Amino acid sequence: MEKAVFIIFAIVAVGSALNLIAQRNPLYSALSLIGTLASLSALYVTLHAQFIAAMQIIVYAGAIMVLFVFVIMLLNTPEDHPEIEKQQWLRYLAIPFAAVLIGEALYVFREIRNITLPAQGEAEHAIGTTWSIGTNLFTQYLLPFEATSVLILMAIIGAIVLARREES
Amino acid sequence: MDQSGIANYIPILIIFLLAIIFASAAIVLSRLAGRNRPTSVKLMPYECGVEPVGAARERQSVKFYLVAMIFLLFDIEAVFLIPWAVVFPGVLRDPSLRHLRFIFYGEMMLFMVVLFVGLFYVWRKGVLEWNR
Amino acid sequence: MTGLLLEWLIKIAVVFAILLTAVAYLSYMERRVAGWIQIRVGPNRVGPLGLLQPLADGLKFIFKEDIVPLKANKLLYIVAPAAAIIPALMTFIVIPYGSEVVLFGKQIALHVTRINVALLYVLGLTSLSVYGIVLAGWSSNNKYSLMGGLRASAQLISYELALGMAIIGVLVLTGSLDLVNIVEAQRGYWFGFLPKWNIFLQPVAFVIFFLAALAETNRVPFDLPEAEAELVAGYFTEYSSMKFAMFFMSEYLNLITSCSLATTLFFGGWTGPGVNSYPWLSIVYFVIKVFLLIFLFMWIRFTFPRFRYDQLMRLGWKFLLPTAIANVVVTSTVLLLVN
Repeated sequence: MEKAVFIIFAIVAVGSALNLIAQRNPLYSALSLIGTLASLSALYVTLHAQFIAAMQIIVYAGAIMVLFVFVIMLLNTPEDHPEIEKQQWLRYLAIPFAAVLIGEALYVFREIRNITLPAQGEAEHAIGTTWSIGTNLFTQYLLPFEATSVLILMAIIGAIVLARREES
Repeated sequence: MDQSGIANYIPILIIFLLAIIFASAAIVLSRLAGRNRPTSVKLMPYECGVEPVGAARERQSVKFYLVAMIFLLFDIEAVFLIPWAVVFPGVLRDPSLRHLRFIFYGEMMLFMVVLFVGLFYVWRKGVLEWNR
Repeated sequence: MTGLLLEWLIKIAVVFAILLTAVAYLSYMERRVAGWIQIRVGPNRVGPLGLLQPLADGLKFIFKEDIVPLKANKLLYIVAPAAAIIPALMTFIVIPYGSEVVLFGKQIALHVTRINVALLYVLGLTSLSVYGIVLAGWSSNNKYSLMGGLRASAQLISYELALGMAIIGVLVLTGSLDLVNIVEAQRGYWFGFLPKWNIFLQPVAFVIFFLAALAETNRVPFDLPEAEAELVAGYFTEYSSMKFAMFFMSEYLNLITSCSLATTLFFGGWTGPGVNSYPWLSIVYFVIKVFLLIFLFMWIRFTFPRFRYDQLMRLGWKFLLPTAIANVVVTSTVLLLVN
């Protein structure tokens, strides 16, 4: 059952990711990305990481993608004849990046065998539940947590400064 | 079956499929049942019976973008509050964790102060004013 | 496993059917309430007291001409109403609508499913409901639709923050994201008569939640996205037939969900006197509470004028959000001092 669910959502995730690249219309690409994020959320559920699954939807699909869609709507790129400036050198840059990515993936597949996963029952209560994330976040990872708040503050100021410059 | 197990997510999957079926059925049904006599006037964008002027997709105010941006940032902050709000009452109740209660409280207050500073900045910069 | 699956399927089918019927009759109720408040009659021709009106409306919707404007983006134009109604249909299944009853010799809990991040599930689906509106506004290729869509989405995300912050005030009291636990925590009485409802502990959070819920469901005084005087019908200006009906239905579904969530979080959900000995009563209590809240929503609709857009944004960002944050600070400080 779990395996079937995993396979279905993995296919949807990869399929929408491919569609994201293939589409010419930026809005279609953004919607495909939402599909990928939503199926990733389902995959997190199969891994018992329920809190992370919910966050995936609330933060990524529900907030970040809203911003993306807003930008696409506000800029209003012409729909049918995209005049994309083809930068040829970008194409050649893609080859080494792809090689690095494939290398990374192979490394992960090789190393994953050496990792001992926690037992099923343990995993259910240890990883990804709200309680465990909360207790770890506010004790062990306190500094990153507080640093995040400052980082978000910086992002707020940065966003306003950039948008305001355009206005005046 | 345990109460918090992921098997309880199966109904969500079922209702998701059911909702998709319902939505597509509704769309297809009205397509089939309703009459379909398109005329060129009928298919024009609605503009109160007048010939449409200009393109519909004009550039919109940057305000909308700014609101979405600020929403995103405050949403992330709110997300940090959720695990805290789950853990904090537990820390107060659990005798073995009770000594941590002031630390947990202080951490979040510090976080909230930064959040308020952000809101204050946005406020003073006039991003929340829509009539300017 | 098969038994459990069967139980789920039956529950989902029943909840689904009840939700759709409720949506149909809310449109009837809304018009009757409007008539009553404005001292006129309201629909009363189809069937006794006009009770068959929703059926007539439904049939009419199906047989109306389905228009897709020539300049619209056809695919997204068709997908948009589905994107609006799918999350709206999915939300209700985590809400506990009763305690446990015995049926055919089997103990049955009166909620479709119970997950320990139920509250986040609801919030997540709320945040996804923006897309139906945005896509409808953009794909119609109509000025009114685009303006309505943009306004609606900016409003939804602004009030989503206040809504989330108000919920955190309740969360800090119970420490659980599981709605079943939140209801259980509100059982019993203080001093023997005052029910242990969260509203008595979190009145500020309730007011914020209520106002934000009004805005999230696009209802007066926050119905600017479809302000008929300036934007025709907002993001669904171009829609007709069942596609129009689907936006309509998703708004009523969101109304039901918001009121059910308010009941669950602040009014003790299905709790009430006599629930222990007569568990079926719990459903009655739940329905009555939700119904009263929905009535309050309708009452407000026909009483208050609409906000201006700058007033709306000011209320959301400059009043509700800071108040909600302050509410969380005060609540946690009191909790710390009491313990």
